[in-house]
Amino acid sequence: MKLNIAALSAAALASLVSLPAHAVVEIQWWHSMELALGERVNEMARQFNASQTEYKVVPVFKGNYAESMAAGVAAYRGGNAPHIIQVFEVGTATMMNAKGVIKPVEELMKESGEKFDRSSFVPAVAGYYTSSKGEMLSFPFNSSTTVMYYNKDTFAKAGLDPAKPPTTWQELTGMAAKIKASGEKCPYTTSWQAWIHIESFSTLHNVEFASKNNGFGGLDTRLMFNSPLHVKHIENLSNWAKQGLFSYSGRKDEGNARFFSGECAILTASSGAYGNILKNAKFKFSVAPLPYYNDAPGAPQNPVLGGASLWVMGGKKKEEYKAVAKFLSYLSQPEVQAKWHQETGYLPITMAAFELTQKSGFYDKNPGTDVAAKQMIVKTTDKSRGIRLGNMLQIRDVEDQELENVWNGKKTPKEALDDAVKRGNDLLDKFQKANKS
Amino acid sequence: MEKRARFSSRWLPYALVAPQIAITCIFFFWPAGQALWQSTLVQDAFGTQTEFVGLENFKALWNDPLYLASFKTTAQFSVLVAVVGMAVALLLAVFADRIMRGSGFYRTLLIWPYAVSAVVAGALWMFLFSPSLGLVAIALRHLGVDWNHNSNSHQAMTLIVIAAVWKQISYNFLFFLAGLQSIPKSLIEAAAIDGAGPLRRFIDIVFPLLSPTSFFLLVVNLVYAFFDTFAIIDVTTHGGPGTDTVILVYKVYMDGFKGQDLGGSAAQSVVLMVLVIALTVVQFRFVEKKVNY
Repeated sequence: MKLNIAALSAAALASLVSLPAHAVVEIQWWHSMELALGERVNEMARQFNASQTEYKVVPVFKGNYAESMAAGVAAYRGGNAPHIIQVFEVGTATMMNAKGVIKPVEELMKESGEKFDRSSFVPAVAGYYTSSKGEMLSFPFNSSTTVMYYNKDTFAKAGLDPAKPPTTWQELTGMAAKIKASGEKCPYTTSWQAWIHIESFSTLHNVEFASKNNGFGGLDTRLMFNSPLHVKHIENLSNWAKQGLFSYSGRKDEGNARFFSGECAILTASSGAYGNILKNAKFKFSVAPLPYYNDAPGAPQNPVLGGASLWVMGGKKKEEYKAVAKFLSYLSQPEVQAKWHQETGYLPITMAAFELTQKSGFYDKNPGTDVAAKQMIVKTTDKSRGIRLGNMLQIRDVEDQELENVWNGKKTPKEALDDAVKRGNDLLDKFQKANKS
Repeated sequence: MEKRARFSSRWLPYALVAPQIAITCIFFFWPAGQALWQSTLVQDAFGTQTEFVGLENFKALWNDPLYLASFKTTAQFSVLVAVVGMAVALLLAVFADRIMRGSGFYRTLLIWPYAVSAVVAGALWMFLFSPSLGLVAIALRHLGVDWNHNSNSHQAMTLIVIAAVWKQISYNFLFFLAGLQSIPKSLIEAAAIDGAGPLRRFIDIVFPLLSPTSFFLLVVNLVYAFFDTFAIIDVTTHGGPGTDTVILVYKVYMDGFKGQDLGGSAAQSVVLMVLVIALTVVQFRFVEKKVNY
């Protein structure tokens, strides 16, 4: 027994002595990356942890975006928020307006003495997460945008040129009619209807989705997506549905499966769907930019940005912030970024990562993977920079609900969009009241 | 007959019920009180800015025509779930009660769905009825029914009722079966000797004797339909098409957990709480009078 106590105290003493060397600062990183994406995230953390001995990043999967954000809010209220939390674009305004809850990334990097150059990011991506005062608030992580996929085999069967996808909605209608005539039941479908046909549609045509630069200019923003151009597009979709050219699949990504199973010939979806489609499609397909109306002035601008960014939570210790800064520096490296972009189909976030991927010949070997990136590497306008609205999750629900009211014939496109704007404005009003100062 | 229990100590009965009361206070009264308080506040998601607004959140609800419409949807949904669920379960229980051989096997199978979580139940039925891939949807198409619950409101309602009922049938079945087995065989045999057929015996003897079970199940099923079904809706229809399958509790969940609007969500849950308390009181006052214990 005596011996044991001696051994114990020796061990305790040893651990005391060696404490400074082993005082690893642990960082909690909450994310929503499932399956293969989750493995990539774990690998990133593992490689960072192996690259040095002072800090340790612990990635934790917290459910889908909405669930993980709810968990983050609850944890903050309970006083034990994680250091880094991945929040989807829909939650951006909520995070930005939460005073003192978050630590702006640019401020964090400066305080920790890490190099941080805003201009190294793709402008459309950086602009989305930059405050009205010009400070980058969160770290862009996985960004995606809207693209079109089409089945080359079906195109050939319908007598269309598989190398020439439709570039405009007018062209798409003509081709869809030919595809239908060739015996196909579903010429065109879409995933994420609200994101693609209202939000991305607005930025692509350089028309306002909401006033005050889509909410970038202040909380007193109001929705504007019942313009004649928007109404015309929804009317067209509704007519195509009646003619059997467009088939509605659901609010989320249900359209993807109908495309890669070969049922639908053309699909508009997230650029992030590429990997999944590639894995499942048993036919030749290609990626093309989102169609637009060529009689609309200013089109095509750029489609809207989606995906998520990393937010650093406030009220943490100085050495923990240093660890977070080191980790974000690690993530910014072109090699890390390029690998993430190539393996996942998400957009390259820095120009260096895009150029590195280009130089490596990746785009030549995988045609179509550069479509999303090329759509976004343009100079954005006040109307196309992005959408930053409070209560956006509910607003998107409202868009979905009212669009469904068009598809099932309950409302005309004009009525539905007017109602959506009215209901959405009530939500914006509510958010403005809750975030006054 | 003296029904009152006698205790040697005055404090013993209180001590015995204390755990139950403590649980009720911690898990019911405390959160309910917090919901009441939260419903009078407007707060940002992280709770950094809080403002007392009195009944403002409730006023906003009454001015929202969609919220009022969701009462109708909820009523329709819960009546369908309770009636269909109990009817099917009663039918199954009556048959299971008659089976002589292999009854354990049938009963186990019928009780199984209860172990399935609501999310899984919803996902299961969503896949079966998925318009382009679902087995049932494809079978229906061969029968000439164009199934697409994404754009047809009646089909969407049918789908969530089927999923919710399927999940609850086991529970109802179990209670009905127990109820049936507690009916004295002598009563039924006496009626049979008097010449009553199976249907007559069921209507005049079995069903009245089952009325306490039925009443209990009615309360439980309505509460189930009101509160425990949001997961099913979340995975099958998301409240669509339009807002045609948005029931009250689903809106509470959406606004509170996904939208981070705690004040508005709390106000809705207070309304829901009042509604269910009122319903239960009505049931105990009026329906219970027709129950023979």
